[in-house]
Amino acid sequence: MTDTVNATLLQPLAHCDLKAQELCSLSELLTQCGPALEAGVSLISLFGRAARTDEPAGVVVTAVLLPPGEALRVLRGHATPGQSYPSLTPRFPAAQIFERQLWEQTGLIPDGHPWLKPVRYEGARQGQMASYPFFKVRGAEVHEVAVGPIHAGVIEPGHFRFMCHGEQVHHLEIQLGYQHRGVEALLLQKPPERLTPLVESIVGDSVVAYAWAFNSALEALAKRPVSLETTASRAIGLELERLAMHLATLNGLATDIAYLQPAATYGRLRTAIINASQRACGNRFGRGWIRPGAAAPIGDTLRQDLLATLREFLPDFEQVNALMLSSRSARARFQGVGTVSTQAARDLGLTGVVARASGLGLDLRHELPGSLYSKHPLPPITQASGDCWARMKQRMAEAESSTQWLIDRLADAALNLHDTPAPYAPQVMAPSTGVAGAGASPSVTSAPAPWQLQASSLCVSLVEGVRGPVMLALETEAAGKLIHAKVQDPSSTNWFGLAFALRKQQISDFPICNKSFDLSYCGNDL
Amino acid sequence: MLQTLAVRKAQGTQYIADLRAAQPAGFRGKPLIADTACASACHACTDVCPTDAIALSPAGADAVAIDLGRCVLCGDCAPVCPSQKLGFSNDVKLCATRREGLVVTAARPDIDPVQVSAALKKRFGRSLKLRSVSAGGCNGCEMEVNAWGNVNFDLGRYGIDMVASPRHADGLVLTGPVSRNMMTALQMAWDAIPEPKLVIAVGACAISGGVFAPSDALNREFLHKYPPSLYVPGCPPHPLTFISGIMDLLGVSG
Repeated sequence: MTDTVNATLLQPLAHCDLKAQELCSLSELLTQCGPALEAGVSLISLFGRAARTDEPAGVVVTAVLLPPGEALRVLRGHATPGQSYPSLTPRFPAAQIFERQLWEQTGLIPDGHPWLKPVRYEGARQGQMASYPFFKVRGAEVHEVAVGPIHAGVIEPGHFRFMCHGEQVHHLEIQLGYQHRGVEALLLQKPPERLTPLVESIVGDSVVAYAWAFNSALEALAKRPVSLETTASRAIGLELERLAMHLATLNGLATDIAYLQPAATYGRLRTAIINASQRACGNRFGRGWIRPGAAAPIGDTLRQDLLATLREFLPDFEQVNALMLSSRSARARFQGVGTVSTQAARDLGLTGVVARASGLGLDLRHELPGSLYSKHPLPPITQASGDCWARMKQRMAEAESSTQWLIDRLADAALNLHDTPAPYAPQVMAPSTGVAGAGASPSVTSAPAPWQLQASSLCVSLVEGVRGPVMLALETEAAGKLIHAKVQDPSSTNWFGLAFALRKQQISDFPICNKSFDLSYCGNDL
Repeated sequence: MLQTLAVRKAQGTQYIADLRAAQPAGFRGKPLIADTACASACHACTDVCPTDAIALSPAGADAVAIDLGRCVLCGDCAPVCPSQKLGFSNDVKLCATRREGLVVTAARPDIDPVQVSAALKKRFGRSLKLRSVSAGGCNGCEMEVNAWGNVNFDLGRYGIDMVASPRHADGLVLTGPVSRNMMTALQMAWDAIPEPKLVIAVGACAISGGVFAPSDALNREFLHKYPPSLYVPGCPPHPLTFISGIMDLLGVSG
């Protein structure tokens, strides 16, 4: 970290007062985006919503940009209904998924988009999964293999279409949407301070990342900042979640090459970590760890318990990693398979652990560290080769780094983790067995008052989850009511990376490529 | 070789010997409802419940009923209750064979215990092969279903395994609220399982729609057509919840 002062100011959050912002036209917005992307700015998101009755008819478009070393930038524009615009995708393939989504959700047409196809079959397209316009490959000895949506393991559904010439895969096309549950619409149906249990179910293996991203946005809109202690508890929950999921992926990679010793050991080690999360918050997946304004209280006994668990875990984890890395057959299977070059990763807009395995040093905990990660930084880690081996090594290195970071935090007895006010915080407790009206005065007297959110505001909040940046964007109208919620999982951009990784590989390479990416289906489908 | 042996030694013995007796530390499981009166006209618990799992009946001693088919065990109701009526224990035994059996109150604190099915015991008591279908699941239930067979829970020891093909299966494990986009595939998987066969609904989403119940992107006809033989509550259900339920249903002595 070269500029500590500046880094402390960079928050994974952008809060815009919409009253002070004039909407530009869509073409002006794109005119600003083009040169920025050309100059190396990352396109974090591009999304839209139908205009409300008090706005000019059409679509309100939001672009979220991250210039290197600077704060998040949010651009807003207005388009007329059904408007066409010159697609960004031919010049910046990273925009492909955002433009498809914008088309699917609002009807704006990106002229010249090379594969304008549904992202998740939502709205009026629900149930039309059989209509997907797959690419066709023609020629002698050309054939297609269709797999899914239901796969051989216990795994979420998605359809994979391999277009092959003999043994070689020319292209893999991935059709998703089977998991679409209408999450974004559901987020507008209840008072926002009661939405966390729903948010925790958007992607059930990234509960803490989603709950944190959502509640950061909510707390910013309500002008209720949380203490550093609350943030520290959230970060401990998040790093445990990242660790547990990396272990799940490593378990899967070992299983997929039938190397059962490390598979069993990674499984056993993951159990220890998720059981530790359960002792902290009541649930193996971190449900209940985060609530508006609150986080799981970590008292001294729990702190010592977590610390002891991690100290026992680390040497066993390092030992099994060494076994995996020294195995010649593991190396032979993973090396040079499913390679994504640094340039391809950049062009495709890949994010998170997958991008870092291809040499792109993007990690929000480093780029936008906020108050906690700037005080206690995690070193950025990357690999050079971009193959399955690199993605495996990247996960091992990130998991070891998270463990060390957790041990350092938890070993610090001065870290006052008690200080986490808990208006909605769930507790494991027995109900009162006393007789009603016996004179005992209950400590809690009523449901907390509803949260008043700032009017006409947009808050974009990001958290670096196990797969990469999880984004929640919340917008309020003139009375402070939520009118739009945009959810974005890092998998949305990264699925195309998996398709790309399969080119010139064999179908039999798919399981290890897929597992090394380990993307979320429901996170894409929402 | 020595490295492999060292990893094997560190691995130790991980399986839980007595699955029925296991009690997971810290697990927020079965709701407890105290036999105290509610504060007058109070609805703090129903206000915060994300799935409308709590029903209040006016002016009765047994005023609060919690439906574990809907409850996601989030625990948000407990701290807001002014009468301190609500709490949670780490009891994992939450399964039932009837949907109505999942409702608990102060007067009826336990879920209907799962009774041995003589027919299922005869057919599947020594071997039950299950095919999982996730229909809108968030990967929470799916990961816990995977855990059933891991080194800790090792359900394979009783002949209960997950299989890759529906053709090899005796039953279907359904997770997720059943998204409209998965309806056709779910039906095809079910049709491919040979008779006799059963459905097991795993998680609040599969049982009731869970937090997604109000969504217009679901179609839950499948569950109306094929009522589950076992309901496995939770969000996601702890592996021991399913394990205790299935062992009781099949009469596995363990």
